[in-house]
Amino acid sequence: MAEWLDDFLFTYENLVHALGVHGLLALSMYCVMAVGQLSLGQAAFMGIGAYTGALLTLNLGLPFWLVLPLSALAPALVALVIGGPTLRLSGVYLAISTIALGEVLRVLYINAEWLTGGALGLSGIPRKADLWLIYLLLLIGVVAFWAVGRSKIGRAMEAMREDEAVAGVMGVNLPRYKLGALIVSSMIAGLAGCLSSHSNSFIGPNEYGFEMAVTILSFALLGGIGTPVAPVIGAIILTALPEVLRPLQDFRLVFNGLIIVIAVLFLPRGVIPFRLRRAP
Amino acid sequence: MTTLLTASKLTKQFTGLLAVNEVDVAVEAGSVHGIIGPNGAGKTTLFNLISGLLPPTSGSLTLDGRDITAAAPYERTRLGVARTFQNIRMFSDMTVIENVMTGMHTRLEYSGVAALFRLPAFRRGERAAKERATELLEFVNLAGKARSRSGDLSYGDQRRLEIARALAGDPRLLLLDEPAAGMNPTETRDLATLLRQVGQRDITLLLVEHNMGFVMDLCDRITVLNFGRKIAEGTPRQVRDDPSVIEAYLGTKVAERLAKAHGA
Amino acid sequence: MLSQQLVNGLVLGSTYALFALGFTLIFGVLRVINLTYGFYFSIGAFVALTAARSFGANIWVALPLGAIAAGLVAVVADWILLTRLRRAKAGELSSLMVTLGAVLALYSLMAVFIGTDIQRFPFGFVDNSAIEFSGIRISLVQMLIIGTTLVLVALLFVLLQRTKLGLMIRALAENEDAARLMGINVGLTVAAVSFLSGMLGGAAGVLIGLNFNAIQPFMGEHMMLRGFAVIIIGGLGDIRGALIAGVLLGVLEVLTAGYISSNAKEAVAFTILVLTLWFRPVGLFGRAQAKRA
Repeated sequence: MAEWLDDFLFTYENLVHALGVHGLLALSMYCVMAVGQLSLGQAAFMGIGAYTGALLTLNLGLPFWLVLPLSALAPALVALVIGGPTLRLSGVYLAISTIALGEVLRVLYINAEWLTGGALGLSGIPRKADLWLIYLLLLIGVVAFWAVGRSKIGRAMEAMREDEAVAGVMGVNLPRYKLGALIVSSMIAGLAGCLSSHSNSFIGPNEYGFEMAVTILSFALLGGIGTPVAPVIGAIILTALPEVLRPLQDFRLVFNGLIIVIAVLFLPRGVIPFRLRRAP
Repeated sequence: MTTLLTASKLTKQFTGLLAVNEVDVAVEAGSVHGIIGPNGAGKTTLFNLISGLLPPTSGSLTLDGRDITAAAPYERTRLGVARTFQNIRMFSDMTVIENVMTGMHTRLEYSGVAALFRLPAFRRGERAAKERATELLEFVNLAGKARSRSGDLSYGDQRRLEIARALAGDPRLLLLDEPAAGMNPTETRDLATLLRQVGQRDITLLLVEHNMGFVMDLCDRITVLNFGRKIAEGTPRQVRDDPSVIEAYLGTKVAERLAKAHGA
Repeated sequence: MLSQQLVNGLVLGSTYALFALGFTLIFGVLRVINLTYGFYFSIGAFVALTAARSFGANIWVALPLGAIAAGLVAVVADWILLTRLRRAKAGELSSLMVTLGAVLALYSLMAVFIGTDIQRFPFGFVDNSAIEFSGIRISLVQMLIIGTTLVLVALLFVLLQRTKLGLMIRALAENEDAARLMGINVGLTVAAVSFLSGMLGGAAGVLIGLNFNAIQPFMGEHMMLRGFAVIIIGGLGDIRGALIAGVLLGVLEVLTAGYISSNAKEAVAFTILVLTLWFRPVGLFGRAQAKRA
């Protein structure tokens, strides 16, 4: 490896990890928004993955190749319980119950001290999430969404986003698509959580709450959801910017919140407005 | 002739309003069936009940003898019901051909895994879908615009695209909600020709329309609704001469005057 | 023991009901899940706290001040964030997202300026004594909470049912376009609804801040879990449902803490929320329009 790259990685190791993990989170947000739904539980799903992964590694000493898929499975079960009823209702029900999920989990992590270490969180998690693994998973994710996006599934998803009722009349099984999207997205977020807990060596209950949920949404809204790459680029911008502009750090959350306001009001397609073609 | 679609005692109540009130309709397979009635007669509500966008308050629907009263919209599409909308509802960001291919959703059998790994089943399916979509666009005279953004098409083009998209699912029953609305006489004539050709493809048509000349010209049978109730049914000629229909459209006084004039 | 817990539950439930009242009012009339609502709660408490500290205001001055300030913030927030979306008839998720972004920005801005440490009302702000009859203890603060909740609910009902403004609000809730055609000034009515709900949120912030005597920028956010549970259990937009659901939730939480564990108490709201979604998504009285997909 070139020397300058070594130096760069040494200095910015945490940032490079965070960019990859946030890219995965942006992808998980994309997956739900691509079918016209809004989940604000991506941070909560990430937290479930992070805690599941950390506990399996610390308490049971399971190998990482087993920990990773289990960390994706745990949030999927929660997504099933919440998504089952809400996805048959109007979109606000999913949004509300997923924010509520984040809030209740935060309190439970703090209270279940015997398991989660309470407010202090869990520390001493071995660093098993190598950089190449994070970026490989991100690449696989983007390519997979790209491939599926250019098929009848991608067309059905875009149809749902534009006009759900008409998508149903076209023969799209709406509940199945919505639940499928939510479950896949919760699994990606769970993976991201597990990867982040195995690269930071520490996790705490406040990392997966409201602020993180809104930040993940800001990734997708800044980038736009025309292609699967767009939200990932949104994540990279919003993660790297505070590093570059140090004075921004205090106002990082204010900034992320305002990005959402501005994007919804003035930039509904995000900064990367291109649209994936879905036919030859 | 066999009956394709039967609605019996179909009723839809909104708060304080009986939009569709115990309506019985039987649509013969292979026919062109019209639904007419003054504004607010419940025609679009009836369509929404048939396509499954609204659940009925009571009554039942059968398609080819099979009960579809509780079926979701996508299940009805699978069974062969397709529709267009009164206020065109296009996926406007998609290209024209993408819209038509979206209409083929239920006819494309390949799995998600096949799409993910670009397996032969996927390639075959997409290739066939593209060919079929191109054919349909030729049929509705939009072949030259396959790659245009749908939202940029002219009004008449969008109407025809919506028909092509509905046909893409290989329906047995096609519901058309005011297909001639906003069209000039030439466009309307072309549309009638197009719909006749659709009828020749073994597709049963059920249409709501305000343009009387168009309906009378095209339909084999007509059902008349007023205030949510069926007030008449028959061939175009029978319906045209039915006093209750004239009354519904023109009001009691005009109807009486007309009756007198005929008597004199 | 049980009767004492029922009383405590009733008090806690009144705070939930009071908090959720303005939240469900916004949805009922404006068809928006307005997440800046939690901020009205925080700002109400902070204005009251500042008034008490800076010029020794007592509760009867601090409470209306907090409520009015929150009401004004609500009007401005609605005007900046939602006017444009309302005009464009944008979907319900757009307005939810815009208020979500705004509320994070607002909480964080508040935190940047006044910190996230917990702050308390000055000693002697309210009388801490309690009365006792037949073994049940009720503090004056608790009585204040129940009393204020009852008064505010009564005022809201009178306003909605008996005044011209109430008629305008009900017309707007029914159908915006029809209301406009009937000559109702929609912009003004929207502002009035925002002001009312902001006041309710602000008043709830003062009273609940007082009850727990812990004030912090994100307190509104932490309260939202109960807010969400109450408005969904009561049925979105259903004021009467929210009142009953709020009290019910408070009682259940206190009983859970008493008979199971105080950890389990925290999960009560979310558990009932999910159960409601599974088994009765239209809410207690079935008046929410849980649109089917």
